[in-house]
Amino acid sequence: MRRLLFESLFRRPFTEQAPSPDEAGLTELAEVVGQAARRRLGRSLSIREVDAGSCNACELEIHAINNAYYDAERFGLRFVASPRHADVLVVTGPVTKNMRDALERTYHATPDPKWVVAIGDCARDGGCFAGSYAVVGGVSEVIPVDLHIPGCPPTPMAILRGLLALLQQVEGNAVTI
Amino acid sequence: MASLIDRILDGREILHRRPWPRAVVGAHLWRFVAGELAQGRLSLLGFWGDPSMVHMAIMDEAAADVAIVSLDCPDHAYASIGRLHPPALRLERTANDLFGLSAQGSPDSRPWLDHNKWGVRFPLGNRIDALPNAAPYRFLPVDGDGTHQIAVGPVHAGIIEPGHFRFTASGETVVRLEQRLGYTHKGVEGLMSGATIERAVQLAGRVSGDSTVAYAFAFSRAAEAALELAVPERAVFLRALLAELERLANHLGDIGAICNDASFVLMHAHCSVLRESVLRAANAAFGHRLMRDVIVPGGVTRDLTNEAREIIRTTLDNIRRRFPSLVELYDNTASLQDRTVDTGVLKPALARQYAAGGYTGRASGRTFDARRTLAYPPYDRLRFEVPTLNEGDVNARVWIRVREVEQSLLLIDQILTGLPEGPSRADVPERSEAAEGMAIVEGFRGDVLVWLRLRGGLIERCHLRDPSWFQWPLLEAAIEGNIVADFPLCNKSFNCSYSGQDV
Repeated sequence: MRRLLFESLFRRPFTEQAPSPDEAGLTELAEVVGQAARRRLGRSLSIREVDAGSCNACELEIHAINNAYYDAERFGLRFVASPRHADVLVVTGPVTKNMRDALERTYHATPDPKWVVAIGDCARDGGCFAGSYAVVGGVSEVIPVDLHIPGCPPTPMAILRGLLALLQQVEGNAVTI
Repeated sequence: MASLIDRILDGREILHRRPWPRAVVGAHLWRFVAGELAQGRLSLLGFWGDPSMVHMAIMDEAAADVAIVSLDCPDHAYASIGRLHPPALRLERTANDLFGLSAQGSPDSRPWLDHNKWGVRFPLGNRIDALPNAAPYRFLPVDGDGTHQIAVGPVHAGIIEPGHFRFTASGETVVRLEQRLGYTHKGVEGLMSGATIERAVQLAGRVSGDSTVAYAFAFSRAAEAALELAVPERAVFLRALLAELERLANHLGDIGAICNDASFVLMHAHCSVLRESVLRAANAAFGHRLMRDVIVPGGVTRDLTNEAREIIRTTLDNIRRRFPSLVELYDNTASLQDRTVDTGVLKPALARQYAAGGYTGRASGRTFDARRTLAYPPYDRLRFEVPTLNEGDVNARVWIRVREVEQSLLLIDQILTGLPEGPSRADVPERSEAAEGMAIVEGFRGDVLVWLRLRGGLIERCHLRDPSWFQWPLLEAAIEGNIVADFPLCNKSFNCSYSGQDV
């Protein structure tokens, strides 16, 4: 273990340069983030992830933004274990009828101010599962959504860009819409 | 000597043989098969419904022989297989939820996927309105002094899929775990009916995101079997390349994640870097990090360029250089071994009874690997070992993954070296007559089974059976007697799919 740690001291870090925040995301967010929220949240966001029926591919890529290449924590983005600790709900999947209640209850358990980010094509409108007897549809059918990040699944870089756009809005710097 | 399956099918009319025989049997033979399953002379590979029929895929493991037996149920009832052979129980409950086919004599007639939220009952059979006031789900009753219950989920603490776990604990020790799944049920088999082959293969690739290659592979092979379509040799090898890259990425991720659940973050950090390198190579070679929508009936949608071949080679060389020191770190960290050795033991007899696939089965003495036992191309021409262990603990499930990473590296080498020239896709013929096909493909988690029936060039019925069906119930058994705090560790070492099971 010591050798591995020692090597890490001399190796160039894996971490890549920060991506620019998503332009489309900034526009979508401009109206929902208030001045008061910016002051209260400071420079970090606590994120609770909710799988509302996804195939798990979006979860894999959300996991990836925590690896050494993307290192979401350097931006103050951290995943928390309870909605009660969260500022942001990241929701994936077409919302299934079997998950609808749980999603609503998770939303209501999250304290204000809060934002909802819908990740993946299914989360927008049900994607290829739309129309099934077991599927409600997109996340916005159940709870209000502030930002959509498209993709099947979106790449870690796309997820990071979207979340950075949200963070910038919340922070209140570089807001140029 | 004739195999058991030959004897069962002896004298019956074989309806289809693409590639395995299917025969309609009478009630007497149906019960006989149930008895043979219970005696362990046959393994259950799958069980699914049709509007007025039930089908069962069975395997004689010693002879590597597979067959489907079907039973007509005009009155929507049949003799329960689960009564004698518990691995069928959840599948029978599902056949009732979706088709209204009831298993007579079953010890467990509770719904499974149907949470009474769909607004309809028997969505794939004769639909009726949902119950107006359904009783709450009846968890198994618990008796005994000093036990308490812990209810977890469906929304979990990590970035994982939803499901409900009901623990009964005595102090710190788990006395019983009962799972309640079905939260991510999307009605995929309903969407399949009437779908074109192009849409159906997309849906198949979205049943379980981490196995998108395995599902597209299995679906395509089943469709090709039905259409009697031969795939170009180059595509056959490229599919194995995709499948091994998927296995590699998932195993690397899992090895790290299991250690992470034992709070050993260093392994997780390094394994995540290796996993990411595989996904980036996959993206460079096939245009998608998870290699989604690359395998289709007829072949593959993207050919491999020489540059991409070199990117994959470089990535593999890097893994070969870095991985051994991580394995050494795992093996030599006593505090980590203390968590994984002897934790979550799955007894070989149970793994055999449930015909558990993947690392779950192979860490508990079961030698089945569809690539070897069923030897579908190109694995019949590739050299590889199927590692097995008998301990059945978390540690054994880690080691099977480690050995399989090594085997996948060797397999990819062989594929890249021996990749035939030529086209990578054949045209899918238009056929209007009815035809059936089945395929079993070894995903990273275990064997994925797809059975389908085409009619008029469209999917009439398609069943997709995730390996998790036969692994989830074993997690309930493996956790017994462990402490509650070791559940995440045990769960991750099984890494069952929620979406694949809920489908």
